[in-house]
Amino acid sequence: MSIRYGSLAVLATAALTLSAIAVFGQEAERKGIPAPPGHVFKTIISGYQFRTKETRALQDDDLENPGFLAVERAADMWKTVDGSEGKSCMSCHGEAETTMKGVGAAMPKWSEKLNKPVNLEQQINICRSEHMKVQPWGFKSKELTDMTTFVRFQSRGMPVAVKTDGPMSPWFEKGKEIYYTRVGQLDLACASCHEKNNGKFMRADFLSQGQTNGFPTYRLRDQRLIPLHERFEGCMFDVRGVPYKPLSDEFLALELYVAWRGIGLPVETPSVRN
Amino acid sequence: MADKPRIKLPKEARKGEIIQIKTLVSHLMESGQRKDAQGKPIPRKIINKFTCEFNDKPVFSCVLEPAISANPYIQFDAKVDEEGTFKFAWTDDDGSVVMAEEKIALKA
Amino acid sequence: MGAINRRQAFLLGGGFVALTVLPMAANAEPSNDAGEMIKKFTGGKEAAKGKITLDLPEIAENGNTVPLALTVESPMTAENYVKEVLFVADGNPNAGVATLMFTPMSGKAEASIRIRLAQTQNVIAVAKMSDGSLFTERKTVKVTIGGCGG
Repeated sequence: MSIRYGSLAVLATAALTLSAIAVFGQEAERKGIPAPPGHVFKTIISGYQFRTKETRALQDDDLENPGFLAVERAADMWKTVDGSEGKSCMSCHGEAETTMKGVGAAMPKWSEKLNKPVNLEQQINICRSEHMKVQPWGFKSKELTDMTTFVRFQSRGMPVAVKTDGPMSPWFEKGKEIYYTRVGQLDLACASCHEKNNGKFMRADFLSQGQTNGFPTYRLRDQRLIPLHERFEGCMFDVRGVPYKPLSDEFLALELYVAWRGIGLPVETPSVRN
Repeated sequence: MADKPRIKLPKEARKGEIIQIKTLVSHLMESGQRKDAQGKPIPRKIINKFTCEFNDKPVFSCVLEPAISANPYIQFDAKVDEEGTFKFAWTDDDGSVVMAEEKIALKA
Repeated sequence: MGAINRRQAFLLGGGFVALTVLPMAANAEPSNDAGEMIKKFTGGKEAAKGKITLDLPEIAENGNTVPLALTVESPMTAENYVKEVLFVADGNPNAGVATLMFTPMSGKAEASIRIRLAQTQNVIAVAKMSDGSLFTERKTVKVTIGGCGG
C-alpha cells in the first residue's frame, strides 16, 4: 500500500510541477526583496507574485481595482463628524494623505497607555471611543474595514516597518510560537503551508509566503475586502481548527510576527488576491 | 448603492478618436442562489442594466444577469466626434437608478 | 520541488486528481438553459465560427470573479456594426451572463466585464451584426472548487 501511495505521489508531484509551470509561467521569475540577516526567508515575496496575470491586472489599475471603492467610501467618512464630541477623523488628523503616511506600514505598534501592542483596527476604534465619543465599529463591519483600508493605503509603496524589540519582543515570541504550532484536524501550522511549501500547490491552492503587506485585501472569492484577522480565522478554519477571536492577543501577536516575516515589502493595500 | 460610481475616461480627445471608458460601481450583486444562516434563500438583488449615452445618443448598454461578479466592472469604447457629455446609468432590481455624467472636450 | 514528506505528497496528490478530473466536466451536456437562450437570440439560425475573440483565463484563480474581455472584428460604421453580443455560461445554475449592445458610436466592438462561474464550463458568445449575420465563439474555463480560495 505504501508503495502504491508512493508512486502516486511521485506521479502527482511530477504532474503538478508541470501544471504549475504551465499555469504560472512566471514562477521562475517571481520577484522578491532580499531578507535581512537572520530572517527565515532568503527572499521575501509578496502574495502578488503568486497570483495569476489576470488577478495581478485587477490590482495594477486603480480604477479596475475594486478595493478602491472602500478607499473612496472611507475618504468621505474621514471628513464626516460622528459622536458627541462633534469630531471627524480630520478634526484631529487633518489631511490623511500627509498625516497618515507611513502609519499603516508600522502597525501593530506599542501603546504605552494600554501596555500592549495595538493594530490599525484597534487604533481607529480607540480614536472613536476616546476622542470622538462614539460607538466603536465592529470587527468585519464595512466601516472599520473601509477605514483600515483607507489609512493603510496612505502607506502604499512604503516598506513594512514593524518594531519587534523592547516591550514588543514577548509579543513577537508569542506570535512566532503560534506560527509554528500545528492546529486543527489537518494538523497544520502556518509554517506548514507558507514557509515549507510556498510556491507549490496544495490541492487547488497555490501557496504563497502568507505575507500581510496587501491587507485588507480584496478577495476574488468573497468579492469584498477582507481584514487580516478574518484571513487568520479563515486559515485556522480551513485546517479544521478552532480559530482565535479577531483582535485577540493571540492574533495580535501573530499579526506582529507575520508582519516581521514580510519586513521591507511595500504596502500594497488595497491588494487583490484569490 | 449609495456609493459614487467610479468612472475613468480622458478629459479631451481628438475629433473621431476612439476612447476607452472604465466604470466600477459598488454592489453586492446578490445572485438569488445563496441561502442565509437559517437556510432561507436570499432574494436576488442585482444591477440588471447599464447604459451609456453621449449627447443623449446611445453609445453602449448591457443587460446583466446574476452571473456578473459583485461590484460590477464594465469597460467599453466610444467614438468622440464632438465635445459633449457622457451620461451613465445603472439600474437596480429595486427600480433605483444611479446616474453619473462626465464631460469631454475636443483637442485643438 | 525539494523533498516532501508523505503527508504533503498526499495533499498534493489530491490536487493532481482534482486538476485532471476537471476538464471532463466541460464536455458534459449543458446543465441549464444555455441552448434555449442561444436559440431565442439567434431565432434558430446557425451562427458561424469567427470574428469573435474571447479573452478568458484557462484556469480561473477564483470562479467568483473571472475577468472576461471581448473583441469582435467589425468596422463599426453606420452601415456595418456589431449590434448585440449574448454571453451564456453552460454550467451555471442559470445560463445568462450578460447581453452587450453596441452602436456605431461605440467605435470598437470591445468590452470587459467580470463574471461568476460556478464550476468548470464553457463561456459562449454569440454576436449579432447589423446585417443580421451571426457569429459565435466559446472558451472553456477551468474552475477549481474547495480549498482555501474555494
